[in-house]
Amino acid sequence: MSSKFLQIFGFAVAIIAIQIFTQITDSAFHLTQLTMTAYYSLLVIGLCMLIGYAGQISLGHAGFFAIGGYISAFLTTHNLTAMKGKPFIALCSKFGLLVGRKDLYGGDLLVFHPWAACIIAVCTVLIVAYVIGGPVLKLKGHYLAMATLGFGIIIYRIVLGTSGLGAADGISGVPGFTLLPGVTISGSGSGKILNYYVAWGILITGMTLLLNLISSRVGRALSAIHGAEDAAEAMGIPTANYKLKVFVLSAGFAAVAGILLTHYNGSIGPSEASVMKSVRYVAIVAIGGMTSIWGAVSMSLILNYFSLRGSFGTYDDAVFGVILILIMLFAPDGLIRAQVLVDLKSFFKRITSKEAAL
Amino acid sequence: MTTLLSVVNLSKRFGGLQAVNEVSFTVTAGSIKALIGPNGAGKTTLFNLISGVISPDSGVINFSDHQVQGLRPHQVASKGMARTFQHIRLFPKMSVLENIMIGRHIHSRAGFVAGMLSIPHTWSEEKKIREKAHEIMAFLDLESLADVEATSLSYGQQRNVELGRALACEPKLLLLDEPAAGLNMSETTELGALISRIRDTGITVLIVEHDMGLVMDISDEILVLSYGKKIADDVPLAVQSNSEVINVYLGEDDA
Ligand SMILES: Nc1ncnc2c1ncn2[C@@H]1O[C@H](COP(=O)(O)OP(=O)(O)OP(=O)(O)O)[C@@H](O)[C@H]1O
Ligand SMILES: [Mg+2]
Repeated sequence: MSSKFLQIFGFAVAIIAIQIFTQITDSAFHLTQLTMTAYYSLLVIGLCMLIGYAGQISLGHAGFFAIGGYISAFLTTHNLTAMKGKPFIALCSKFGLLVGRKDLYGGDLLVFHPWAACIIAVCTVLIVAYVIGGPVLKLKGHYLAMATLGFGIIIYRIVLGTSGLGAADGISGVPGFTLLPGVTISGSGSGKILNYYVAWGILITGMTLLLNLISSRVGRALSAIHGAEDAAEAMGIPTANYKLKVFVLSAGFAAVAGILLTHYNGSIGPSEASVMKSVRYVAIVAIGGMTSIWGAVSMSLILNYFSLRGSFGTYDDAVFGVILILIMLFAPDGLIRAQVLVDLKSFFKRITSKEAAL
Repeated sequence: MTTLLSVVNLSKRFGGLQAVNEVSFTVTAGSIKALIGPNGAGKTTLFNLISGVISPDSGVINFSDHQVQGLRPHQVASKGMARTFQHIRLFPKMSVLENIMIGRHIHSRAGFVAGMLSIPHTWSEEKKIREKAHEIMAFLDLESLADVEATSLSYGQQRNVELGRALACEPKLLLLDEPAAGLNMSETTELGALISRIRDTGITVLIVEHDMGLVMDISDEILVLSYGKKIADDVPLAVQSNSEVINVYLGEDDA
């Protein structure tokens, strides 16, 4: 337990060190990509919980990310001024769910408060995940992958085809999200450093929650389901229920990631819902070692950062596809894992013992 | 003597095969009952029916005052039934200790939210789970293997871990599917003594076993299945001299 918090503390120190480094080297512009990386990582750790610990694949998590982001973007930008008279809107207004602001051209806007939008978006995603997860999680392996892939494709086609959601352009002009007085998630303006810390702070909070879960009774039960579902069931673990809960939980992480990144970017587009995004997240979890939140976060940090910097150029999506294939072929347990050291040790032992035998 | 398990007219069909055919029997609380029969007689199928892995086509299963036919395995388990598998099913990539800790699942509560927030209540619960697991490892002489990956152990040790995991459930009824398979003679004798000790702690045992020596030694009653049908259900001596049973086992070298 204490080693867990020591690790988290060490990670927090590293995050601070990175910020100080960018300050000293006058390269604070890196913070934008690093902040975005933190939000993507939030999705990745949730997915790691689902794939690595509970053993359930999802190729549809970009869908949950997009549902969260799009709902939040829509509600905080869609002008309700004309509908002020409608009873439902009046009710929302009465409960303080709406805020008025000026648009770019000085016109009056009446939109949902980001907190209200956020809660609606998260709840919607949780409900969708619950409804989808129920039947889909009865499937295993390839079939589960296909079904979640299908879900991802449907969400992609919906956001791409709905003019109310900006079709191919997506939704822009999304306002900042004031979490607390003085703390606003927003990419424009002066709060670059603050936003960096908010994003990584949220990620570290998410990691702490998941690391706690992993070392709890529930985490053990999830590993058992992963290892031998029939035996887990025979030990009294309600396997279907646990799989559904962890699926909904990971969808919730994806939703929060989508919502916060959308407010940070001020926009969201259909590419966020694309299947290639889902594949990318799975690739990151895989290369991080599947059953390692730390591996997933470090790989997410590195790969998302370079991807966002444009280092992979036009091959961006291809890079992640290739990574996934290579990992599956040569290192199905990922690169970041203690086992690598053990393997190396036993490899050398074998060589030396062979020599001794000669 | 109270009846812990009673099975009435239980049947299960797989396609054209009547795997279990109108089987009825009872298991007395605190006893050891053996279930024997030639390969393919339907013994494992009967276990799967009782533990909820598959649902019967017809029949009633009464376990400790609950009708359990058609319940999911985890529901049956939570009523106090634990089992081992004919083909050992340990949790890979988990230590012996962790495997046995899983057995405490039904006796602990912490859910997703409590686990994520790591609220203090979960710490004391976790401590209790660990203590009980150590207690069971001590009982089975597994203490020295606590931190070893369970699936890396020898066959006999794996069987013991699986038994420990089931015991951690503190079941009323323990179902053992061929626990002596793959064990040598001295290991089998030890297992027999162990099962008797388990019974002495108050746990009722229903055991499928091919090793007749072991079965005759430890069981209070023996139920014999052949082609899904019950052909005998009596004390060992009577079963041994039952002509139908002798017939079924004729030509089998372990009879
Ligand atoms: N899930 C299933 N689907 C179809 N047939 C099955 C299934 N499970 C068992 N059977 C068949 O039912 C019959 C009884 O099998 P069962 O495993 O219960 O026998 P058993 O008495 O445990 O035998 P053994 O001593 O070999 O373990 C066999 O003919 C088997 O092939
Ligand atoms: Mg069998």
